Amino acid sequence: MRHHLILRVITKLLVGTIFLFALYVQFHGDYSPGGGFQAGVIMAVGFIIYGIVFSLDKVKLVFPPWLVHKLIAFGVLLYAGTGVYSMMLGYGYLDYTAIDPLHPSHGQHLGILIVEVGVGITVTSVMVAVYYAFSSRTPILSDEEW
Amino acid sequence: MLVVTAFSVATTRSLFAIVALSGVFSLLSALLFIAWDAVDVAFTEAAVGAGISTVLMLGTLALTSRAAKTSHKSKLVPLVAVIMTGAAMFYGTLDMPNFGSIDTPVQTHVRPDYLSQIPEDIHIPNAVTAILASYRGYDTLGETAVVLTAGIGVLMLISGLSRRRRDEDKEENTDDTEGTT
Repeated sequence: MRHHLILRVITKLLVGTIFLFALYVQFHGDYSPGGGFQAGVIMAVGFIIYGIVFSLDKVKLVFPPWLVHKLIAFGVLLYAGTGVYSMMLGYGYLDYTAIDPLHPSHGQHLGILIVEVGVGITVTSVMVAVYYAFSSRTPILSDEEW
Repeated sequence: MLVVTAFSVATTRSLFAIVALSGVFSLLSALLFIAWDAVDVAFTEAAVGAGISTVLMLGTLALTSRAAKTSHKSKLVPLVAVIMTGAAMFYGTLDMPNFGSIDTPVQTHVRPDYLSQIPEDIHIPNAVTAILASYRGYDTLGETAVVLTAGIGVLMLISGLSRRRRDEDKEENTDDTEGTT
């Protein structure tokens, strides 16, 4: 899509906003609709639109596939690790009170935030990985074919 | 409008139009969820259904041809199957309580406990997030594991992991030693 000047400029403007909105959905999920799943998808959309409008190689420079594959597992490990951490401190698995025993609600806040980040990371990387897998199979369509 | 969109998806032959129409279908159902005050679900539907799946379907479309094959089989059997399934679902809804009635298991089982406990236990205004991540933390962990498994499955099927890994090994020998998958 080298010739689509409007698309390229608009994408450049939008990508930052998309990432910002994803972070807002992620970390404001306690107060407004949204959470890890939605934020992960929005974040992935940011990468995918960049990949579509510029090129797959460029987005692979920003977010290399080996990192994507590691992050897929890291998100789940972060989630499960929170549970292991609370178990180490003598509480139930995934009992966030363990994080801040003196202020249980603080612990709950932090725990929810951490596991949502884990969910977000996994969802983002799975979506981006699937997009990479699909689009690296075919040569990118030339402009005439659209 | 949902019905109209569904019918046009079924009758159109151009796959490109079908992908676009299924995106429209997702957006319309997201609006429906908003009308039912299920904002979180609507959000997910809009982001996943209308956003990501449309993009992935377009990605798949690039791999195949642009129009569906016209089939010459009898259309009667699918029609009967659809009507039977629809009738069974309607029959199932006869037993369901009226929309919005307050004495159903949904409203009386754990919901009052959750709603009264959340302000004391968790201090989070969004009850959906509180239930999802705290009370139902195991379920959400399971869902995340499902996403992980699905991702790994797609990667194995489509990208040919072994071939890619060999290529990668040539370029960056150190990175793979800390492998997590």
